[in-house]
Amino acid sequence: MTKTKRTLPYSIKFVGGTIIFVLAFIVSMIFGAANTSINDVWAALSSSTVSDQAMMIREIRLPREIAAMLVGAALSVSGAIMQGLTRNPLADPGLLGLTAGANVTLAISIALLPFTNYFSIMIICMIGAAFGAFLVLGISSIKKGGFSPFRIVLAGAAISAFLTAIAEGIGLYFKISKEVSMWTAGGMIGTTWTQLQVISPFIIIGIIIALCLAKPLTILSLNEELAVGLGQNIRRIKTILFIVMVLLAGASVALVGNLTFVGLMIPHIVRAIVGTDYRAIIPMSTVIGAAFMLMADTLGRTINAPYETPVAAIVSLIGLPFFLLLVRKGGRNFG
Amino acid sequence: MIHSQLIKKQRMILFTSIFLVIATAIISLGIGYSSVSYDRIIPTILGNGTFKEEFVLFSIRLPRIFITILCGMALALSGAILQGVTRNDLADPGIIGINAGAGVGITIFFLFFPIDAGSFVYMLPFIGFIGALLTAFSIYVFSYEKGKGIQPIRLVLVGVGFSMALSGAMIVLISSAERQKVDFIAKWLTGNIWGADWPFVLALLPWLIFLVPISFMKAQPLNLLSVNEPVSIGVGVNLQKERMILLLVAVGLAASSVSISGGISFIGLMAPHLAKSLVGPRHQLNLPITIFIGGWLLLLADTIGRNILEPDGLPAGIVAALIGAPYFIYLLIKKA
Repeated sequence: MTKTKRTLPYSIKFVGGTIIFVLAFIVSMIFGAANTSINDVWAALSSSTVSDQAMMIREIRLPREIAAMLVGAALSVSGAIMQGLTRNPLADPGLLGLTAGANVTLAISIALLPFTNYFSIMIICMIGAAFGAFLVLGISSIKKGGFSPFRIVLAGAAISAFLTAIAEGIGLYFKISKEVSMWTAGGMIGTTWTQLQVISPFIIIGIIIALCLAKPLTILSLNEELAVGLGQNIRRIKTILFIVMVLLAGASVALVGNLTFVGLMIPHIVRAIVGTDYRAIIPMSTVIGAAFMLMADTLGRTINAPYETPVAAIVSLIGLPFFLLLVRKGGRNFG
Repeated sequence: MIHSQLIKKQRMILFTSIFLVIATAIISLGIGYSSVSYDRIIPTILGNGTFKEEFVLFSIRLPRIFITILCGMALALSGAILQGVTRNDLADPGIIGINAGAGVGITIFFLFFPIDAGSFVYMLPFIGFIGALLTAFSIYVFSYEKGKGIQPIRLVLVGVGFSMALSGAMIVLISSAERQKVDFIAKWLTGNIWGADWPFVLALLPWLIFLVPISFMKAQPLNLLSVNEPVSIGVGVNLQKERMILLLVAVGLAASSVSISGGISFIGLMAPHLAKSLVGPRHQLNLPITIFIGGWLLLLADTIGRNILEPDGLPAGIVAALIGAPYFIYLLIKKA
């Protein structure tokens, strides 16, 4: 283990991450299009005052920030799993076709099943995410020995372009492109408690399963033969992890639409802080991912208030320098 | 010297591809939401048509067909040059982010500068060019490694990253804009041949007239560059200079076409590959064919898109992606 290299014990780092997360949450609750002070927020959350402001905080801002938290955590963990499973430092649900796949099934379902409720939309997104991931990973496994990490990303980009074109085509053909783009580019505008009730259990369960499987994932991420040698049932673990990954990515698409780069960045940042053990990476990714999304969403809400700047755009702008850095390193420092 | 038989073959293929373009153009003329029947096309061109026939033919169908062919040509040639210069079979102005750069340039221009209806059309390619040039330059810088030169795969990857971030930037810009302008840009982004009118043909044509001959003249340096760097230096090519010129030409071609047609990917990828598989890697031979295949592919994509869905049509960019992405994957598997 790398314990000797660590400068600080993990518990302190985790507490630090949690503090950042709590601060991000407080900031995101205070700032917004409507001015509120920390006292207002506290009053709205702790008492049952019925003022416009309290209602606004409770019914609009709070569910939205919870959604941001959940999505940030879900995408980060999903990205971390993906990077471990494929041993690819550039893996991200957005880059490897999961979100594009979800878009396609979403477009199909909106076109063909006019009466969809929130639960079915989420399931549909998950199916689509699985489909996209299968396509990309399947194509890259056609070649013996698999693709290099870089080529998988290229395959992902092409598949995403293809699936996005299908989704747009369906949207235009059935004249539902507005509804589809409302879902896929919607961001966290208008997240309601009902949506959260449906989706949050999936995300929370997914993260818990990921936490339980962190140890086998660590071994898998090092070396597959090693994992076999240590008596792991690789196929079962891989399948479960794949399902968890799709579950998390699909749920977050259903909640906020397309978000690239969160799943890429957060696990890498976390890895730089806590090392390569997924038992440390996954909990830390959860809090840091949540904190990051809270900050990105707050930025999106305030940068051009009262209008919203889509959070996806902010994330991809922040994500680019990071992506470049990773490409530069060539993934040498990975794992 | 180039074998005479090969030249003969190249001629044949060149004529076939020109014929394909013309044939598709004629088919495309006759079908569509408001069509002119085939037996009326020649009389209408000769000036004997009704007002409606003339209007449909001269003001709707013909300019659009011209624009589509020209854009396809420019994209294909740009792709061919990029693939040669970067020694990367997967390079395409759309995939590696040049389109997105032009898009951001045009979005900024469109949102923040007063628009003069008369000169707007002619300004577009320039603005697109500046945006694309900045993007291409950044991609180049970030994928350059000291001592090793440009790493092909890295170039594409950096391009993918840039195109995502720039799309993000575009959304940030758009979301702060007025509704009307947003609708226009959103439509533009999907690769709709929106500028289907004669001024757009005129805005695009000079770029092609200027840049196509340059790229033909540079076919030989391009051959050498696409082999490898030591060889090109060995036979006395001024590497930096030729590469710079060729890249500028490629960016100019892509930007001028994108500024009129919107984001269209994969044409610049497919056309050069098809041409190369037909007549081999010599750019003197394959560039002319690349151009016509590119024009044909985009025209085909637009004709399909226009007729698959009436009356608005499916943007050509979407059709191109539907055809092109599987091809990209095929190349990826083959070359891995």
